Amino acid sequence: MFEISPTEWTAILLSLRVAVIATLVATPFGIALAWLLARRDFWGKSLLDAAVHLPLVLPPVVTGYLLLLTFGKRGLVGGWLADHLGIVFAFRWTGAALACGVMSFPLLVRPIRLSIEAVDRRLEQAAETLGAAPWRVFATVTLPLALPGVLAGMVLGFAKAIGEFGATITFVSNIPGETQTISSAIYSLIQTPDGDTAAARLVVISVVLAVGALVAAEVFARRATARLHGH
Amino acid sequence: MLRVDITKQLGEFSLAASFTSEGRVTGLFGASGSGKTSLINTIAGLLRPDRGTIVIDGETVDDTAAGIHVPTWRRRIGYVFQDARLFPHLDIRQNLDYGRRMNGLTEDPAQHKRVVDLLDIGALLDRRPGKLSGGERQRVALGRALLSKPRLLLLDEPLGALDESRKLEILPYLVRLRDEAGVPMVYVSHDAAELRQLATQIVMLRRGQVTAFGGVKVLTAGV
Repeated sequence: MFEISPTEWTAILLSLRVAVIATLVATPFGIALAWLLARRDFWGKSLLDAAVHLPLVLPPVVTGYLLLLTFGKRGLVGGWLADHLGIVFAFRWTGAALACGVMSFPLLVRPIRLSIEAVDRRLEQAAETLGAAPWRVFATVTLPLALPGVLAGMVLGFAKAIGEFGATITFVSNIPGETQTISSAIYSLIQTPDGDTAAARLVVISVVLAVGALVAAEVFARRATARLHGH
Repeated sequence: MLRVDITKQLGEFSLAASFTSEGRVTGLFGASGSGKTSLINTIAGLLRPDRGTIVIDGETVDDTAAGIHVPTWRRRIGYVFQDARLFPHLDIRQNLDYGRRMNGLTEDPAQHKRVVDLLDIGALLDRRPGKLSGGERQRVALGRALLSKPRLLLLDEPLGALDESRKLEILPYLVRLRDEAGVPMVYVSHDAAELRQLATQIVMLRRGQVTAFGGVKVLTAGV
């Protein structure tokens, strides 16, 4: 039962690559957005907040279709990127990473925002009186103190990205070796006769990866919290 | 030298203060709710006056008519809060070094040693703020502010959160600071005895207005 075939390996490695890239690229944006939502008041803030949460409530197939319209070869953004920068998302693993990044974004942002909101503003004030410019207050006080939330957000986002299915398959289809992640491989396998055993193997691997991510998140959060409480 | 002439409306409360102090330690004295903290926060740049000017050491840091408001981080002040506000993710050495790093000052081991000796915090350097007593924390906060080489040191009831015996533990350090550090201070307190020991000039505040200004003897006259 536990001999993983080359096709399955390909899907597993692709899933890992897609989720890692999606998380790493999304994190800086997530931190910037979380900071804006936590610390600034501006016109359209609730609109932006709603937009960030959209992928969580929209049917994934809708998000995938919107991505296809925007980032597809004839899409507004996709066409420009392909012509000017040579970056193509449609039916490529990069497109899968984009879809996973977008779908996991709300889960990434939320813990970061909460942990930035929990940072004592009096400490930021103290940093300012010691000569720290606003961006350095952020880099030396706010961000280090919000680190447990950043790590939690990254792990949660990663776990979501590695399991994403609907938006990915809509946007970049299900091409073995290019866009076939664990989820789409499972989907294909349960539709083929005799695919059950292989599907079961991938299901077990999904569960292991998800549980591993949650355990990692817990360990990170505990360590970081202990560090931050000055012990 | 410190020159303050400002008004500030904070909800129902209006603050109007005007004084010029040449003293080494300017005591801001008043009951709670008299506007002491709002005044010192305005001097720090944490609050922006509605009208008026603030001049620290010859530099105009606030002038509403000219549209000048120098942000806190460029005022080169030190601020010791009632709650020490040490950075919990940094050890004591890093806390002490923070202001120097942020101001881009070169390392000054002699000054560092002087401040550490003055405040008797040499044994704490490798510890974390969470492991310190209230009095120790406040001494580190004093050192941290001093080591950023401020032109003016602001202290907002630095002994306020400590019990009587801890206060007596810190007070001698503050006297030494006044006599040896050579940095002018603004010292906020509601405790006349404390100010009699420390201050060289007194600004007395009541309901947001300056009611008396002069040497420490105004404390006796006012109370």
